[in-house]
Amino acid sequence: MTPQDFIQIILYIAILLGLTPILGTYMDKVFTGKQHVMRPVFGWLERLTYRFVGVDPLEETNWKSYTFSLLMFNFIGFVFVFLIQRFQTYLPLNPANLPNVSWHSALNTSISFVTNTNWQGYAGETTMSYFIQMIGLTVQNFVSAATGIAVILAVIRGISRKSTDKIGNFWTDLTRSTLYVLLPLSILFAIVLAGQGVVQNFKSYETVQTLQGVRQVIPMGPAASQIAIKQLGTNGGGFFNANSAHPFENPTPFSNFLQMLAIFLIPASLTYMYGKMVGSARHGWAIFSTMLILFLAGLSISLYAEYSANPVFGHLPLMEGKETRFGIANSVLFSTITTDASCGAVNAMHDSLSPLSGMVAIINMMLGEIIFGGVGAGLYGMVVFIILTVFIAGLMVGRTPEYLGKKIGAFEVQMAIIANLATSFAILVFTAWASVSSYGLVSLNNAGPHGFSEILYAYTSAAGNNGSAFAGLNANTLFYNLTLGFVMLIGRFGVIIPVLAIAGSMAGKNITPVSSGTFRTDNWLFIGLLIGVVLIVGGLTYFPALSLGPVAEHLLMNSGISF
Amino acid sequence: MKTFIISLKIFLFFTILTGVVYPLLITGIVQVVFPAKANGSLIVRDRRIVGSELIGQHFDSAIYFTSRPSVILYNALPSGGSNYGLTNMKLKGLVTKRKHDFYSFNQLDSLTTIPSEMVFASASGLDPHISPQAALLQVDRIAKARYFNDECRQKMINLIKDLTEGPQFLCLGKERVNVLLLNLETDRIQ
Repeated sequence: MTPQDFIQIILYIAILLGLTPILGTYMDKVFTGKQHVMRPVFGWLERLTYRFVGVDPLEETNWKSYTFSLLMFNFIGFVFVFLIQRFQTYLPLNPANLPNVSWHSALNTSISFVTNTNWQGYAGETTMSYFIQMIGLTVQNFVSAATGIAVILAVIRGISRKSTDKIGNFWTDLTRSTLYVLLPLSILFAIVLAGQGVVQNFKSYETVQTLQGVRQVIPMGPAASQIAIKQLGTNGGGFFNANSAHPFENPTPFSNFLQMLAIFLIPASLTYMYGKMVGSARHGWAIFSTMLILFLAGLSISLYAEYSANPVFGHLPLMEGKETRFGIANSVLFSTITTDASCGAVNAMHDSLSPLSGMVAIINMMLGEIIFGGVGAGLYGMVVFIILTVFIAGLMVGRTPEYLGKKIGAFEVQMAIIANLATSFAILVFTAWASVSSYGLVSLNNAGPHGFSEILYAYTSAAGNNGSAFAGLNANTLFYNLTLGFVMLIGRFGVIIPVLAIAGSMAGKNITPVSSGTFRTDNWLFIGLLIGVVLIVGGLTYFPALSLGPVAEHLLMNSGISF
Repeated sequence: MKTFIISLKIFLFFTILTGVVYPLLITGIVQVVFPAKANGSLIVRDRRIVGSELIGQHFDSAIYFTSRPSVILYNALPSGGSNYGLTNMKLKGLVTKRKHDFYSFNQLDSLTTIPSEMVFASASGLDPHISPQAALLQVDRIAKARYFNDECRQKMINLIKDLTEGPQFLCLGKERVNVLLLNLETDRIQ
């Protein structure tokens, strides 16, 4: 690594640290209904939404109706995205005359975009018309991220209120997240991206004669508008097949830097907003620090692995599946950020990362996408781990566990365990199934342990709602489209429903005043315990699976063995 | 039923707002502010589009600088990389072959270090850049194929220097040179 590589990483962290309180304060104002800078700009749009839809923004509901509204809204989105893919040929804005998408691919893609996974079993430029990309996928990029923010807002109300069954109004949360947070940031970001060279037009694909006289078709489309929200909403579904490695999707090192920043921006700021809203700014920073430490640990291992010499290629820098303008450091930084944050955009092919670097990507997702994590999803996933942490800490000292004044009872712990087990179950059972069945193995692109890693990566990515892939795996088959689709649903709603149940239960409780015996959740002891619980509860489950895949591959590579 | 109607209405509202108004607004703005870039950074020579500055092209002629290896041979539909893992025998074989080919094509002695981007395929398969070192190693071969004298050969070297982009804002990304632009300019040397 050169000093310049380090400077980029330090700059990244410094800017993220600087922006976190700024955006965090702003979001606190937005969601607590205070006056803020965007209200004069988009206030009329918010009022228009409520009037058009016919809801009272102040009318709050209990956790069950909140959940029902969330599920119904997502279900409608799912049906819509499925149908427009099936009838693509009859719809406008299809200059490349792309055919209708197969039913199982359409099913997979619609689940994928509704659950904020944005797994791509398809290649954008040869599958989806401009119409689908805009009306179907861009919209889900917004509302699936807004759904994530809505859930964490419900959790915050559950924690900060007492003796009520009301946890908020889903429609208000959805509307404010979209109008005041996602939309303004996306508009700004999309324009900057286009200024760097990301395409944004409705022209048909350009056919050119290359300098050597060969025909080359250059794809076009409204890419910048989608890519902006794809990064900001931790969605990750690329406009083009190569995602953010494509020169039209991520043309310069600056666009790359901003895309990485956009991934962590909202999840990081949410920790600050969380601290403010639950009444302990220090607790918000404790969560931020926990995430930052886990991020830096993963990044260090990944960088070490990529820059180490190995017996197969010697000291040759590992540029397979990486782009010249980014180089190795930016590719590894991006791969760590995108898997930490359940984004899933990639600027290098993860399949070609060195075994340990690929393993870091897999572990980041296995931990439950809580290292900053998806928009909203990362933080509510972390709250699940915090509940387990205070529970375990309570057991150790023999006191009733409390979290921010709320007693943690059997119900909360049960729900936290369900949220945790749902994803582990989905990852391990389906990976096992795919690796012993012919229809699972036929899709492999690599042999040996790396082939197993491809399958493990796929289900981990689906369960974590990440969406990145060891893309050599041909996942556009009936088997993978259906099983991965199912796993994405478990990974999303298998966590959201228990989390909202926790929110509902906590809202009904009284707040116990802080005493000298209260377990503090804003100091280094808490951060250390939380990291321990994340690694043991979240990580250890997968140790056997990781041994069969990346660990075995690393050891074999160091003995000079190929497959 | 009430929830269903509300869901449907709000879904419709956001579909129009974020799926129609937002992309059109962005298109409208950037088509005015950055028209060339928003339309694909196309390069026009003699009133003919010869390609995009951002999309690499396949070069195998001795008179041109070669681009990075691409598993899709710079056919952009669809983009993509090899997705070979490091323990994949095929990758090892390809790297050995590309190394050998680069040495013999450019008549280099076997002690020369080849920049690694020239033996590894890119992620997008459309990488428009190579490192300036990789370009300099090709100068002698191209000069010979074009029957260049020393003066023209020196012009090529200067061209590589001129077209080399340093890290953006002095700290972001890698030093690189655009192969298509380099070849277009090389064609003009006389």
